[in-house]
Amino acid sequence: MTDMAAVRPLLPVELEKAVSRSRSGKIRIAAKNKSRLAVNLLIAVLLILTAAAFLTFDYQNIDFAEAVLETLHNIKTVFLEPELSRDTVGGVLYQLLVTFCLGTLSTILGAVLAFFCSLLCARNLAGPVSVNVVKSIIAVVRAVPTVLWVLIFAVSAGLGSVAAVVGLTFHSFAYLTKAYAESIEEIDPGVIEALKANGANYWQIVCQAVVPAAITSMVAWTFMRFEINFANAVAMGAAAGAGGIGFNLFMAGSFYFDLHEMGMLTYIVVIAVVILEAISTKIKAKVK
Amino acid sequence: MALLEFQNVSKTYNNVTQALQDVTFSLEEGEFVSIIGPSGAGKSTLMRCANRLVDATRGAILFDGQDITKMGKKDLRKVRTKTGMIFQHYNLVDRLSVVENVLHGLLGQKSTLSGMAGRYTEEEKAGAFRIIQEMGLAEQAYKRCDELSGGQKQRVGIARAIMQKPKLILCDEPIASLDPKSSKVIMDHLKEINRTKKITCLVNLHQVDVAIRYSERIIGVSGGRIVYDGPSSRLTGEVIHEIYQSGANDLIMDKLG
Amino acid sequence: MEKNADIFRRRKLIYTAVFLAVIVIFAATSWVTEFSLVKGAASFPDAAAWIAENLIPDQEALERLPRILDRLLETALLSVAVTVVAAVFAFFFSLLGSGITRINGVVKRLVRIVAAFFRNVPDVVWAMLLMFSFGQNILTGFFALFFTTFGLLTRAFIETVDEVSASCVEALEATGANFIQLVFQGIIPSSLAGITTWVLYMIETNIRSSTLIGILTATGIGYLFDLYYKRLDFSSASLVILSIVVLVLVIETASNRIRKVVLS
Repeated sequence: MTDMAAVRPLLPVELEKAVSRSRSGKIRIAAKNKSRLAVNLLIAVLLILTAAAFLTFDYQNIDFAEAVLETLHNIKTVFLEPELSRDTVGGVLYQLLVTFCLGTLSTILGAVLAFFCSLLCARNLAGPVSVNVVKSIIAVVRAVPTVLWVLIFAVSAGLGSVAAVVGLTFHSFAYLTKAYAESIEEIDPGVIEALKANGANYWQIVCQAVVPAAITSMVAWTFMRFEINFANAVAMGAAAGAGGIGFNLFMAGSFYFDLHEMGMLTYIVVIAVVILEAISTKIKAKVK
Repeated sequence: MALLEFQNVSKTYNNVTQALQDVTFSLEEGEFVSIIGPSGAGKSTLMRCANRLVDATRGAILFDGQDITKMGKKDLRKVRTKTGMIFQHYNLVDRLSVVENVLHGLLGQKSTLSGMAGRYTEEEKAGAFRIIQEMGLAEQAYKRCDELSGGQKQRVGIARAIMQKPKLILCDEPIASLDPKSSKVIMDHLKEINRTKKITCLVNLHQVDVAIRYSERIIGVSGGRIVYDGPSSRLTGEVIHEIYQSGANDLIMDKLG
Repeated sequence: MEKNADIFRRRKLIYTAVFLAVIVIFAATSWVTEFSLVKGAASFPDAAAWIAENLIPDQEALERLPRILDRLLETALLSVAVTVVAAVFAFFFSLLGSGITRINGVVKRLVRIVAAFFRNVPDVVWAMLLMFSFGQNILTGFFALFFTTFGLLTRAFIETVDEVSASCVEALEATGANFIQLVFQGIIPSSLAGITTWVLYMIETNIRSSTLIGILTATGIGYLFDLYYKRLDFSSASLVILSIVVLVLVIETASNRIRKVVLS
């Protein structure tokens, strides 16, 4: 006791054992944990990369203030003074329908293909070789931007709905395969085992155990993808001449330079997206 | 002078649900009081009114002689630094270490900047470690809170409250999520704090037997009203029956037996 | 047993109905868009041949590799910068939209509407709009991606913050902490892991999106692809695709690894 008083430690000896100090003798308080270190490191790296990005960009001596002011002015024109002058309301709505149909088609095709493929890459249904092969293919297919798939198919099929649907399908297929496989992997293993014990064959297991158990989450993923596909179909219309309301947007924005028209078309797209979101939320709730 | 005083306090949620009706009671310094009552009786609301996590609709609440219901944000924060709170679900920042969570007890007393950056003096850190040791958590000090068991988490919660050097600790169902063994440890710690540090404790409990064993005084709440306020020794079966309404008798007998 | 048979029969009925409905929808949408499954299927061999033919870059394409890699690096940095800046804005904005601030319902709803607006306005619209003022500039791509990313991340962060804050906000408020302390000591530590996961995901997505915007605004890697593609220099175009694929795969693998450590 007298010893301790002489040294005057901040803490009693037995507690000092539990304390970790920095080199300068300060008490540490942070958790000793890999996750925290990783997050801090990641943030540091991202900030450095961001700084590097802004330092290396070629700004071409743009007058930033002027460009911003002009942008604000254009935003005002687009969003506060929307007006249809070149297209008729009926025409635009028809193009909206086309976009909707492009999204639907690619979702259906992607979902059907993805369903069969997901059976080949769900760990609880397929062997490790099959899982790895399919997952690698999927990763590559997903890595190619949708617009490039569309343009690749446009080489053989020409610009238009065929290239657009096939291109959109590719990405949907890869996305949904991964999602479906995860849904299937979440199924209670007992369900599959029980049917196997009963002597059920592969397709009986799929139809009677896998699908009923995973359907809710599969439907949710499918509708989520549908929303993405609708947005992508708009973009493909604009960037890859795939038709639909995206093409009207492209013509208004890049050909006629008609900001008012662009504004109205944008509003129509946004309203459509919001409605689709609401509908798909309802359907998802119903399947539960 | 009473430490905490409720005067005709009422609370209505969304103008419809009446959670508290005309609640009046006072706590003397150093008391250990349990509040019992069925779930939904308003126990939690009552407790949260005491540090204004919930704003009372009517009535006055006096802490140390000051009416907190009419206080500005700054004064309210000052009052809150003197009231510790312990929660059923511990309410720790799971991804921070035990020490950091305990030091959170000081946030109200620190400047915005140093609190925001989590900078504490060596004395403050040493103090946190002493409390951690008292709670028997020295080995866990650098663990992340999500690595702890429920009982350990609650001890961190208590340590955080003690760190505030409070006059009053509000305990909202401190043992409702714990097993009997950890529950006893937690209740013993609370009783110990009350005795040695002279910190007043107001504890919400739904286990009547625990309330009787640990507190001298019990407040029974039912339907948002206080139906009993007196020494635990005079809490008869009839009173318990009144608090818990009909049908609860077997439950009580079970707990007491 | 009889009950089981009944379930099987019902299930069969539902499957059949859904199957028929899908066929009908498929036929109708095909008709509207003039899509033909046969033509679609027929384009596969040609596309496969195209890929096979151009997968291995020729001499000319290889000479362009430095230029392609230069643009690729620019695109990667652009995606990171956009995502990081948008994430910082989105985080503070999401605090207003989450339940923690308790300012009032109006602010909360307003924030959510603004986020939904930015999320749902197609990025191609932003791109074309910015083309007028910024021209063929990297900032066109930056801001076009920024608005969409900001909208998406705001929604994601609101959910993350609401999820984690339920427990710690009340406790820190009870200690007398003020709002800023609460955010930095409670909300940020609890939600940081979730936030970084979203940031990594958006970086990956933005690399793909920036290709599209590049095609539309004649900037970055998208422009390079478009240039070679329109010149029918398919070997170089496919080298661009290849480089994007490699970049995305590298980022995806890295973020999967990081995610595992961060979420542990």
